[in-house]
Amino acid sequence: MRKRYAMAVDTRRCVACNACVIACKTENRVPNGGFRCWTVQETSGTFPDLALEVRSERCNHCADAPCVSACPTGASFVGEGGAVAVDKRKCTGCKACIASCPYGARYVHADGHVDKCTFCLHRTEKGKAPACVETCPTRALTFGDLADPESAVAGLVRGRKVKTLRPEAGTRPQVFLLT
Amino acid sequence: MSGYTRRQFIRIGAAAGGAALASGPATRWWGLDAARAEDPATDGDRVVPTFCELCFWNCGVLAHVKDGRVTKLTGNPEHPLSRGMLCPRGAGGTGLLYDPDRLKRPLIRVSQRGEDAFREASWDAALNHVGEKLLAVRQRYGPEALALFTHGFGGSWFKHFMKVWGSPNIGAPSYAQCRGPREAGFTLTFGAGLGSPEPIDLANARVITLIGSHLGENMHNTQVQELAEAVGKGAQLVVVDPRFSVAAGKARYWLPIKPGTDIALLLAWMNVIIEEKRHDAEYVARYATGLDELKAHVAGKTPEWAYPITGIRPELIRDSARLIAGARPASLIHPGRHTTWYGDDTQRARAMAILAALLGSFGRRGGYLATGKFPLSPYAMPKQPEHAGARPKADKPKAGGFPVAEEVLASGLCDATKPGHALYDLKAWIVYGTNLIQALPAPRETIAAIQNLELMVAIDVLPAEICGWADVVLPECTYLERDDDLAAPAYKQPFVAIRQAAVAPMYDSKPGWWIAKELANRVGLGAHFPWNDAREFVDARLTASKIDVAAIRRTGVSLGKRVATCEEEGAAPPIATGDGKIKLYSEELKALGFDPLPAFYPQEEPPPGTFRLLSGRAPTHTFGRTTNNRLLAEPFPENEVWVNADAARALPFPLANGDRVVLVNQDGVSSGPVRAKVTQRIRGDCVFLVHGWGHTAKGLRYARGRGASDSTLTTRYKVDPIMGGTGVNVNFVRIEPAGRA
Repeated sequence: MRKRYAMAVDTRRCVACNACVIACKTENRVPNGGFRCWTVQETSGTFPDLALEVRSERCNHCADAPCVSACPTGASFVGEGGAVAVDKRKCTGCKACIASCPYGARYVHADGHVDKCTFCLHRTEKGKAPACVETCPTRALTFGDLADPESAVAGLVRGRKVKTLRPEAGTRPQVFLLT
Repeated sequence: MSGYTRRQFIRIGAAAGGAALASGPATRWWGLDAARAEDPATDGDRVVPTFCELCFWNCGVLAHVKDGRVTKLTGNPEHPLSRGMLCPRGAGGTGLLYDPDRLKRPLIRVSQRGEDAFREASWDAALNHVGEKLLAVRQRYGPEALALFTHGFGGSWFKHFMKVWGSPNIGAPSYAQCRGPREAGFTLTFGAGLGSPEPIDLANARVITLIGSHLGENMHNTQVQELAEAVGKGAQLVVVDPRFSVAAGKARYWLPIKPGTDIALLLAWMNVIIEEKRHDAEYVARYATGLDELKAHVAGKTPEWAYPITGIRPELIRDSARLIAGARPASLIHPGRHTTWYGDDTQRARAMAILAALLGSFGRRGGYLATGKFPLSPYAMPKQPEHAGARPKADKPKAGGFPVAEEVLASGLCDATKPGHALYDLKAWIVYGTNLIQALPAPRETIAAIQNLELMVAIDVLPAEICGWADVVLPECTYLERDDDLAAPAYKQPFVAIRQAAVAPMYDSKPGWWIAKELANRVGLGAHFPWNDAREFVDARLTASKIDVAAIRRTGVSLGKRVATCEEEGAAPPIATGDGKIKLYSEELKALGFDPLPAFYPQEEPPPGTFRLLSGRAPTHTFGRTTNNRLLAEPFPENEVWVNADAARALPFPLANGDRVVLVNQDGVSSGPVRAKVTQRIRGDCVFLVHGWGHTAKGLRYARGRGASDSTLTTRYKVDPIMGGTGVNVNFVRIEPAGRA
């Protein structure tokens, strides 16, 4: 069975503390000003009838990734488990992928190439969780193989109310928000 | 491809026409593409377990070291406080280690105090200078004229120095400027304070009530872990906060209370719970005294009474009270931590403690727990010097006051530096790891006090404001570059954790243990620091405690025997009062002339056109200690002033989200320019700042001038007459466009 990597982000547990952001930055040597993940607090309503959604965001590793189609050099590729990554050796920094991404998930690295979340494939291939998942103090992040019905992420996506960001973009995100 | 540079590649790509454009469908068949995500190679060649110092929770950390540099910090899965997870600050410790603005060499002042002009000196010259000055102070004024201000784990070496030197004047702002009122309120009610980490059972609570605490933004790692765990299990939150905090966003009930009226709400909750007989009558009858007095006291304090005071609708007060009582005893009234707000804070903490007692949650699962301490042997010290005729602490005014304070008041030590204020005057300060200019209210008073000193030594990692006022600045290395004493706080899972250097000290910085020992050598107290280094000290303690030294150095932590923590596990509620009863009604307070039951007194209202200034925390920062950390600044580069959107529209000038404003307080003191966060998430009668920003120290090249300092605007404070805490939420500010003020 082919692997289908995915992540569930539990918006009930997340407090937007940014531990994911810092752990990601040190794990992946993300330069100043660049982010592979970030947090969002989305408020709706008016005082005092308010609602707040809190979430950690990153590349959605879309099953229909517009960035991969848009990449003229083949630098953006679909790797292990369907994770979308960038081969920096092939990247010319043209930013076509950045323009095509509906989620703002990519940035230009100080070295000139485009960079983004890889689901920490270098860790997952050693059986470790992505850095953001490992550090998350609220255990809001669950990474795993959606194709494996026994996996925790498959259980959450199956059992909880989920949504994806900008479904109208038709990208089939593989990061699922648990609401 | 790897042999080509990017530029060469582009040329090749162009020459080959469309050949390089082979993306499209083929690349979607993952596994067919030979490319792999690159390994950034940040795993350490060595992994050194130690514990964190970015805040005072002291989580277990694994420091990854590669080629002599710390590449990353991860949570130690064995450590009960981190459980393998770190908060952003803990993960961002490398931003402190590699902060280019760190203090690098000892500094000796060359001009007026506060002009921040220093010359670099050798350690020998700096320590000799300090030693001579200290001996002169001792000769002229006695050893007690030296005070130590300390905040942080490495302070233990300097506390030992003070002990053998002969001064009881050791204060930490974490008491009278932070958790002191809570400690006093709980001590008066249950016989003991809570300490840190707080012995609360968030994980098993079914209802969690936060009163002014914004846990989640206040990032005490294990507490936030357990809060999320509880939410995941379906626990419900009641959040009392003028601001729609992150926790409020998860709450069943958010009570957007008018600031300063929490006691009225607490009395109304108790009114509902007692009137409707929802309290734990059996528990109260067995463990508490004073229910009849409490009943009479809250008799008229109905939700309708509290409504005009608090602004919380009566039905919301009733519904939330019923939810809280319905989950008892697994209904946790969170005790909060920073509790110095209005000067009546001990009484508010009392009201919270009494409510916890009514719920029968003290000593029960999902409430307050009994804890245990890992039994550790002390270092076998030589005989302590005798201090015949030693004088008492100088932290209280000559006329007396603050009868319930159990720890030294840092603000009191500051006051005792004003001539004639206390029993005797303080003449020298050692300030270890605490930026008193931000930590104490009314910075101008602190600066005025400093001008009376004959010596002020600052020991720090970064050139915070306090260093600019020092005579001598001694650069300590960071926690990642030093060994320290063992950590074994009381906790539901007793443990002992070790701090060990991951890398050697950078620059000419030195560990605290070395500085204290060398200072002792210079004042004739070297015999009381008989260890060669901290490692030897720690190993001696470990060996005496029968702990495998090699094993704990490898794992970072050793777990003690788990203790029974609650009644459900066979432990009696940890009531520590003289007669073993919880004091709903406090005879002790009555005898001291204070209200024996908490009563509501209205606070001064903000004058028209002004807002009450409130402050709090962000999860990425620990006050001003982390604001220069360029890694942590990435997701949180500066604070913002939260202003209610409707209130913003009523201002005499147009204010849009993100505009820069200045805040001007009732005494005409201005903040620096700060961005406005125009939001629905706060009441219209107050504004909110994350504490610790608006630095002025020129050495903090990143943080200087970023955001607004709540400390600068805190020119007024209300002192808690019971324990001496300095309530800071009593300042009012108006908002002006930046550039006009």
